[in-house]
Amino acid sequence: MAVELSSEEVLHVARLARLELGAEESTSAARQLSAILEHVDAVRALDLGGIPPTSHPLELVNVLRDDVERPCLDRADVLAGAPAVEDGRFAVPRILGEAP
Amino acid sequence: MSTGPAPAGAGRASADFEVVVGLEVHCELSTATKLFCGCPNRFGSEPNTQVCPVCLGLPGALPVLNRRAVELAVRVGRALHCEIRPSTFHRKNYFYPDMPKDFQISQYDEPIDVDGYLELPSGRRIGIERAHIEEDTGKTTHLGGGGRIHGADRSLVDYNRAGVPLVEIVSRPDMRSADEARAYVAELRAILVASGASDGRMEEGSLRVDANVSVRRTGSDAFGTRCEVKNLNSLRSLGRAIEHEQARQVALLEAGERVVQETRHWNEDEGRTSSMRSKEEANDYRYFPEPDLVPLAPDGAFVAAATAGLGLMPAERRARLATTVHGPDAAVAASTLDQITTVVDLGLDDLVVEVVERGADARLALARAANEAAQSPEDARRLDPGAFCRLLELEAGGSLSSTQAKSVLAEMLAAGGEPDAIARRLGYEALGSEALESAIDAVVAAHPDAWARYAAGEDKVAQLLTGQVMKATKGRANGKAVAAALAARRG
Amino acid sequence: MSWSGGPHGAPEPGAVGLAARVRAGEVRAADVAEETLERVGRRDGELHCFNVVTADAMRSAAAAVDRLVASGADPGPLAGVPVAVKDNLCTRGVPTTCSSKMLEHWVPPYDATVVTRLVAAGALVVGKTNLDEFAMGSSTENSAFGPTRNPWDTSRVPGGSSGGSAAAVAADLAPLALGSDTGGSIRQPAALCGVVGIKPTYGLVSRYGLVAFASSLDQVGPFAATVADAALVLEVIAGHDEMDSTSLDRPVEGLLDATGSGAGGLRVGVVADFLADASADCASAVRAAAEVLAGAGAAVEEVALPELLHGLSAYYLIAPAEASSNLARYDGVRYGLRVDGDDVEQMNARTRAAGFGPEVRRRIMLGTYVLSAGYYDAYYAQAQRVRTLVARTFARAYERFDVLLAPTTPSVAFPLGAKTADPLEMYLADLFTIPSNLAGHPAMSVPFALDPQGLPVGVQVLAPALGEVAMLRAAGVLEAGAAPGARGPVASRSEAGR
Repeated sequence: MAVELSSEEVLHVARLARLELGAEESTSAARQLSAILEHVDAVRALDLGGIPPTSHPLELVNVLRDDVERPCLDRADVLAGAPAVEDGRFAVPRILGEAP
Repeated sequence: MSTGPAPAGAGRASADFEVVVGLEVHCELSTATKLFCGCPNRFGSEPNTQVCPVCLGLPGALPVLNRRAVELAVRVGRALHCEIRPSTFHRKNYFYPDMPKDFQISQYDEPIDVDGYLELPSGRRIGIERAHIEEDTGKTTHLGGGGRIHGADRSLVDYNRAGVPLVEIVSRPDMRSADEARAYVAELRAILVASGASDGRMEEGSLRVDANVSVRRTGSDAFGTRCEVKNLNSLRSLGRAIEHEQARQVALLEAGERVVQETRHWNEDEGRTSSMRSKEEANDYRYFPEPDLVPLAPDGAFVAAATAGLGLMPAERRARLATTVHGPDAAVAASTLDQITTVVDLGLDDLVVEVVERGADARLALARAANEAAQSPEDARRLDPGAFCRLLELEAGGSLSSTQAKSVLAEMLAAGGEPDAIARRLGYEALGSEALESAIDAVVAAHPDAWARYAAGEDKVAQLLTGQVMKATKGRANGKAVAAALAARRG
Repeated sequence: MSWSGGPHGAPEPGAVGLAARVRAGEVRAADVAEETLERVGRRDGELHCFNVVTADAMRSAAAAVDRLVASGADPGPLAGVPVAVKDNLCTRGVPTTCSSKMLEHWVPPYDATVVTRLVAAGALVVGKTNLDEFAMGSSTENSAFGPTRNPWDTSRVPGGSSGGSAAAVAADLAPLALGSDTGGSIRQPAALCGVVGIKPTYGLVSRYGLVAFASSLDQVGPFAATVADAALVLEVIAGHDEMDSTSLDRPVEGLLDATGSGAGGLRVGVVADFLADASADCASAVRAAAEVLAGAGAAVEEVALPELLHGLSAYYLIAPAEASSNLARYDGVRYGLRVDGDDVEQMNARTRAAGFGPEVRRRIMLGTYVLSAGYYDAYYAQAQRVRTLVARTFARAYERFDVLLAPTTPSVAFPLGAKTADPLEMYLADLFTIPSNLAGHPAMSVPFALDPQGLPVGVQVLAPALGEVAMLRAAGVLEAGAAPGARGPVASRSEAGR
């Protein structure tokens, strides 16, 4: 079961991942991603019905910290690396939509 | 049914359609620190002064879960009759500048609290599908567009709120009117405050409500297409928005159109909802288990410790008060139900239950609490139960008229003190029987016709005579004692 | 003075010995610092191990150590020992770039826990070492700031992603280094550079301050010229950290002692399936290593574990998926690069297209795709099942064996540019190292042989979770039985004109 990503699918993924991608780039990206997916496709073919997924190598549970304050960063440090600052806040260009 | 002019659409809506409402309530938990770091969970500080590498999403920083937030979520679950379950955190991936990591850590398909309910004062139970823990986002200020997002030329972000712990409580679509939705939120708020999980301040954003609204033909079992309405910042907006949405959707259906499933934004000033721009990929959150956190599996001991000291919830307190006033299983009149709800809402039910246990008249205690004491609930909660009990005794025993008792109570609420002493100071000492008799003599002499009719058996004249006696004694006489004396004199 | 000897024929004090001499007042940390900086200045222009050298901070740290020694206070187990730190570990006040344009000018306001622990132990941080951008790669050619060259042959790659750290130790620019290992990023460059590299048990070393690539796989670990030195660093950096929820709360003891306690009675399984996929030189090194262990009293036999080879495919689904989420935060809002746009979405997209190199973009796209609606079950969930399969396969093997022996890499160091055109070819470099990451197990590479061209060949010792003691026992024996000249540093040889 070969996997063939279309450049439309790639553009969709690029939008999801917030990566600007030109039309030509999307074609080559589609080719590369398809090649990788084809290689890992063996995984899809494995019959692993009875095997539960592992999301984490550790079997720890309930790791909790006490509700005790710790020092915050100085605001100068918080804003030091910011590309744009206004009025003690991080400035961004206009936002086109409400948060989902 | 009302025959007056109905607002456009709304009248037809109530006749042929019913509205179906489910609510998602985000509640900020009253912890000292944020969900995954030690920054203070405090409202109103200077922007970006309550952040650290973790809640700022700096490269390399890792979350560590706040025990208190979990305890509060367990308390909320217990208060909402939920099952407390093992749970895991997932990442909800989407880009938005108020999210420092561009994903939100939230519980997804394995939430901590599942399958509970909340009982409204009306006795209706609203199902709770789930309540889960998640982190809050930062706050965005829009500049250059009158403060609104549309038309703004840039936005500023403050991450002080980022990482504040939330529980999101998702109801089942069990509500059938705007009033019921308001009652649900009021009740939920009371539960969240009672369980210590929240300060319940809607205006500061401690409680935020999204409503899923659909309509369907009355009698239908199938659900209609729903819209999610956001930006509901008060109970008033919630009610108005639901009514608006109901009318809008009914109008669409009656015009033969379809309701489109979408998220809509409530505009309080315009009194209407409008579609929010949404892109198809915005809904692909690519959830996967948060690898930086381990699962939660609260055992019996954890749950027991977390819920220790969890007092009665409002519904239980209403039930207790109703039993106190009426005995078990008695039907409760609507007016009494209102009094019970008010007394519980104001936290005066302990007082009423205590004075009734001390022997006070239950209905009188409830009435004085729901009407007079409720005028100044802060003072009422400080009222000495012994003194309140004594006041009710004086009134029930006829030593104080109800007018007098109310005045004494007002004094007790304002300045405290013993009711006997206050009554004396106000000159409310009960009229001696000699004084009463001479007052009656005077009234009989002044109103011979009335007396004659009363003496002849016309009972309703007693009211007029009693009133005259009260007037003559400047309200110091006790109504019941006057009536008894008049009856005795008639023979 | 040299701390690690090697081909010079000088005594071999190593980091353990150097720290002892500094603590005893026989050597001044300040002199160590100056000599190190001199050597780095002389060699690093060619090798490009370092993105930044923190000379001033190193000198003041050395002065502080010398003051402690003079005052009779304990300067710590790594007193005066230079250490190179991979540039994806946060260092307060020092740029932490991940070899990415995205973070080229980012200066963290905090130290990674491992850095704090090293400094508290008296170590002297030399600087930040080059890596494949965000640790994605196996050759260090994916660095936005140019590749690191292999000190054994500067026309070849040092491996990756921790190529700068491995090469720094191999070239004698620091006796110790820290790296991170998500799919082999410590062990593979260690093997290609002829040094020791350890990926510890997941959770043994704090990840706080390690810029995340794939959180459920990432572990910080040491590079050193000797097994004992690597064990000493591990003892210093391991242990519970309340800032990392996945940090194990267990005592870490006896690692250094284990390196010299022999392999008598150790049960060793040689992973036959890996031998078949390795080059002849890499496979024969493993066979020779098995004989060395058997000669030291270990019980050695081959074992077939073919399921482990499915790990590679699972890894290239899981790691990109986690990475796509971990790297979302580089959006031009709070820190790092910003490329302007008309609106915030465009700004995000332009910033990310410009700030990330091709391999990082590729993996973000791949990870986004496999997590997206409709594909999660087919790819991500299925890969998580393979992860279970790998863990069960290991568990079965460890019923019979204390450690497993395998090649670290399929081949020796390859020429620069040899695999850059084909990502898949590059991914295969991690075939033998990935299973340990999927299972969260410890594994290490020990330099053991030289191929006919004189390039180093490493062998890999794998152990079950928290099996570091058995792993280090075997490694100590292998080190003692390694071919002469199989390990770095190779300073004199490289300086002689390669």
